[in-house]
Amino acid sequence: MAVVVILVLLAVGSVLFHLLSPWWWTPIASNWNYIDNTITITFWITGIAFTAVVLFMAYCVLRFRHRPGNTAAYEPENRRLEGWLATGTTFGVAAMLAPGLFVWNQFVTVPQDASEVEVIGQQWLWSFRLPGADGKLGTTETRDIAPENSLGVNRDDAAGQDDIIIEGGELHLPVGKPVKMLLRSVDVLHDFYVPEFRAKMDMVPGMITYFWLTPTRTGTFEILCAELCGVGHPQMRGTVVVDTEEDYQAWLAEQQTFSQLSASSETRAIPGRVCSGSPSGIATEQGTGAFALFEEERKCFGPAATTVAASAAQ
Amino acid sequence: MSIVAFFLAAIAAIVVWWLAGQRLTSRPWLEVGHFHDRRGATRLPPAKIGLGVFLAVIGALFSLAISAYFMRMASSDWGALPLPGLLWLNTGILAAGSITLHWTRVEAERRNDEAARIGLLAALALGLAFLVGQLFAWRALSDAGYFLAGNPANSFFYLLTGMHGLHIIGGLFALGRVTAHASQTPLDNRTRLSIELCAIYWHFMQIVWLVLFALFAGWASGVIEFCRQLLT
Amino acid sequence: MVDVRSGIGEALPPPEVEDVELYHPHSWWTRYVFSQDAKIIAIQYGTTAIAIGMVALVLSWLIRLQLGFPGTFELIDAERYYQFITMHGMIMVIYLLTALFLGGFGNYLIPLMVGARDMVFPYANMLSYWIYLLAVIVLAASFFTPGGPTGAGWTLYPPQAVLSGTPGGRDWGIIMMLSSLIIFVIGFTMGGLNYVVTVLQGRARGMTLMRLPLTVWGIFTATVMALLAFPALFVACVMMLFDRLLGTSFFMPAIVEMGEQLQYGGGSPILFQHLFWFFGHPEVYIVALPAFGIVSDLISTHARKNIFGYRMMVWAIVIIGGLSFIVWAHHMYVSGMNPYFGFFFATTTLIIAVPTAIKVYNWVLTLWRGNIHLTLPMLFALAFIVTFVNGGLTGLFLGNVVVDVPLSDTMFVVAHFHMVMGVAPIMVIFGAIYHWYPKITGRMLNEAMGQIHFWVTFIGAYAIFFPMHYLGLIGVPRRYHELGEASFVTTSIAELNAFISVMALLVGAAQIVFLFNLAWSLRHGREAGGNPWRATTLEWQTPETPPPHGNWGNELPVVYRWAYDYSVPGAPEDFIPQNQPTPGRLSHETVS
Repeated sequence: MAVVVILVLLAVGSVLFHLLSPWWWTPIASNWNYIDNTITITFWITGIAFTAVVLFMAYCVLRFRHRPGNTAAYEPENRRLEGWLATGTTFGVAAMLAPGLFVWNQFVTVPQDASEVEVIGQQWLWSFRLPGADGKLGTTETRDIAPENSLGVNRDDAAGQDDIIIEGGELHLPVGKPVKMLLRSVDVLHDFYVPEFRAKMDMVPGMITYFWLTPTRTGTFEILCAELCGVGHPQMRGTVVVDTEEDYQAWLAEQQTFSQLSASSETRAIPGRVCSGSPSGIATEQGTGAFALFEEERKCFGPAATTVAASAAQ
Repeated sequence: MSIVAFFLAAIAAIVVWWLAGQRLTSRPWLEVGHFHDRRGATRLPPAKIGLGVFLAVIGALFSLAISAYFMRMASSDWGALPLPGLLWLNTGILAAGSITLHWTRVEAERRNDEAARIGLLAALALGLAFLVGQLFAWRALSDAGYFLAGNPANSFFYLLTGMHGLHIIGGLFALGRVTAHASQTPLDNRTRLSIELCAIYWHFMQIVWLVLFALFAGWASGVIEFCRQLLT
Repeated sequence: MVDVRSGIGEALPPPEVEDVELYHPHSWWTRYVFSQDAKIIAIQYGTTAIAIGMVALVLSWLIRLQLGFPGTFELIDAERYYQFITMHGMIMVIYLLTALFLGGFGNYLIPLMVGARDMVFPYANMLSYWIYLLAVIVLAASFFTPGGPTGAGWTLYPPQAVLSGTPGGRDWGIIMMLSSLIIFVIGFTMGGLNYVVTVLQGRARGMTLMRLPLTVWGIFTATVMALLAFPALFVACVMMLFDRLLGTSFFMPAIVEMGEQLQYGGGSPILFQHLFWFFGHPEVYIVALPAFGIVSDLISTHARKNIFGYRMMVWAIVIIGGLSFIVWAHHMYVSGMNPYFGFFFATTTLIIAVPTAIKVYNWVLTLWRGNIHLTLPMLFALAFIVTFVNGGLTGLFLGNVVVDVPLSDTMFVVAHFHMVMGVAPIMVIFGAIYHWYPKITGRMLNEAMGQIHFWVTFIGAYAIFFPMHYLGLIGVPRRYHELGEASFVTTSIAELNAFISVMALLVGAAQIVFLFNLAWSLRHGREAGGNPWRATTLEWQTPETPPPHGNWGNELPVVYRWAYDYSVPGAPEDFIPQNQPTPGRLSHETVS
């Protein structure tokens, strides 16, 4: 009998926990409330199914538990009942899948007028790049990454010269405008995740991934990494600020472009650290030759590596 | 992953065909007695079924590796490597081994013990020759500067030929045991079965090798491109 | 209409199954250590799996101590934390669940249930265990290597798995892990061939496929899947080992690690994910299908009623097995793969819900109008249904591509897979051990200890994982050593985490009672007799209990009926064993 009580308590308790507990999703700040709606539909359907099955089991145990003289019925199958149950389940599944696919179609269709923002992940730091006055992001190459060009912007690409570089700082987005987040990583897998935006996507070294959203309310939100990226994974935090248009323009005006940053880094000559060979020379991958080059690079970048590690460890 | 999808479709077809003969729609609670066991009197030996299942596992292994080959090939840093001419000779040697084992099996069935013994030894020698030939092919490539880590095409070449070679080594081990056993005693049914299994395994390894060879020579991607054009 | 009485009294057909020549052990070593008897191998598999599983259990305590009381335990720093979660996950999924269901229950039950004397290739079967043991030793040894075991997470995603930012990435950890998995796959293949061919070729006279107990169907289908899926893990591990040791770039793109240019280039991390999940998703069902099968038999036996819709159950197992090969990318919705794949994989994933739901309905409909004995196996079976339904339904969230976007990589995922492929199958394992322990040892497990074990485990496990879903819904990411301050956590979740941790410690402690019971009952348990549950299947009909090498004495059993003749109207008893020719089945035509 204890089983019956526990099963009923479990079903009822789960529903009550769902309804009464304070643990619920954080208020949304993007256009993806469709996702929240799909979750709500799914909660309804699955909740009903779960409670029904558990309560039915509890009833069976109560009613058909063994008592002296009881015998079980003999019923190998009941095609009609099974048919009805299968059909009902199919409808339930379709009721969850159809809105899901509908919303997914929106999720993968980026609006024409979406502006582009690039997010760069590295262990364990977020950086950002915005297209400059020309509205275009320049191309990048992981092999071009060097202490004075930490995001690997292609120097020969004119479109990249006016790109705005934000290294390890805050990202600002204007409210109400669709934005396509282009995601890139220079070392390992990361995942750009802002709980209030609902959307997330992995960042994969060697390729550019994306998703889009429209911020719907101003505020300051936390960026988390949602793909285990090494021991610093939980510390890999960033900030995204959703601004009104005026605030956004004011912030934008303060940022430095790639060419400005390059110019200032050239004047800052560092004595005692002369590196032979250009950083992109590594692009050759043939056998032992590459390894020697690689060793050279390691010596060259040694101090920089420790600085990055130290800043990330903070 | 389309290669492995095709492979799985083939396996699924075999499974469905087999299940179709198992009366899966019968109502077992209505059928009492062993009357309903319709398995015939002649049964395949378990070892043969076992080998069949094992070959399916090897097939899955190689089709997955080949799927990975095609996916990795799409990357821009891919640089196909020239095939050493020696591979043609190796292909011939492997084929000769396969044919020899087939002949051995036929001779063993005809109770021609002496011929079967010679066939086994010849197949063993051919198998070893193939392996040595593959090693020479590896050396030729590395002498020409095509190292394992140099290019993904090289990496896949060494990986796939290495995996194939290990399977041949495993086969040679089994073949060696059969040969040793057959040289001491007159051939019995068990040995004849072993020879047959070795022959099947060798044919399969021959097919795998031909697929790999086509892959390295670039014919396979041509075929796939052609299929893609047919579909679109 | 088939004449039901046609089988009665007919002359025996000639034996179709050749009586196999058994290997005869000559010494204590070959009888109990290097044994070729599937039952001994099963026990070896089982004890090894449980032993390494205990390591994983202790690791889960350490994980929960850190999450429940962050900062309290200096010992559990971030590096160790990631090593613990990685080893916990890998051990539980591969070395405990897969090995115990297929190597343990498969070895013990397949020959007995199909009426064979042993597996068809006993020598390969023995090798399978020893290779598995080697894999376990290599895995455990990685704890003692410089740098410790790998901390890449059980998914071992490159490039981080082989880089210095991850514990064990540039040390021995990842090498040992990959080697151990490669060894495991080789060992498993040897065992797997045995399980499949024994079911195909070793069945006793009269044992048609549709008379097989669902346990055998579940283990058989899972083994076929494992044989086809494990090569993907094998290939992925070999390729990653090449990347790590030989400098190839299968999975490694151009990388600047901590400001340092690595010599890799052009490789695709997504390729690894495809290979890994091509194995990883079937793996879920490799664990689930044997559990489905076993729980069907437990419910039927202890409710004294035939399993409802046997045919549907068989078809569902086969269909789920087939479908599970075309859903793998639902683990990769936010991996950066072509987003249009999402449509296909969401659809196939949700289609799997239909046959799975049918299985659930048939389990509960078996209870309906049954004669339910609330024995320990039955209690665990009920607990399985509750936890499996819960975990299965949350799968509908994660499988539906757009819902997965906010929930993936959060604690919701952790809660989901622990419920559905952790708690639920382990409930079945416990139920199965309480059910078959009398056959294995000849004695019953102690009931009082069993009750304590059951209640603490069931309620505790549910209390751990049900609230955990809501942490994920808030947005708490998984694999965080310490969440610390986070602006999106509107309500304090520290109490909830502490509660979950306390429950986890409690549930873990209950397992000690279970282990003690296993040892204690070996000597002091009540004598069980040959068929204590009055079950129909063949393993309960052996002439001796525990069955000796060869199982059946002088004569192989002959099968006359299906595995579920419980409470047949008109029969003198409420069960008719499969090998019993004369029934007393009179009113058959009327009930069909």
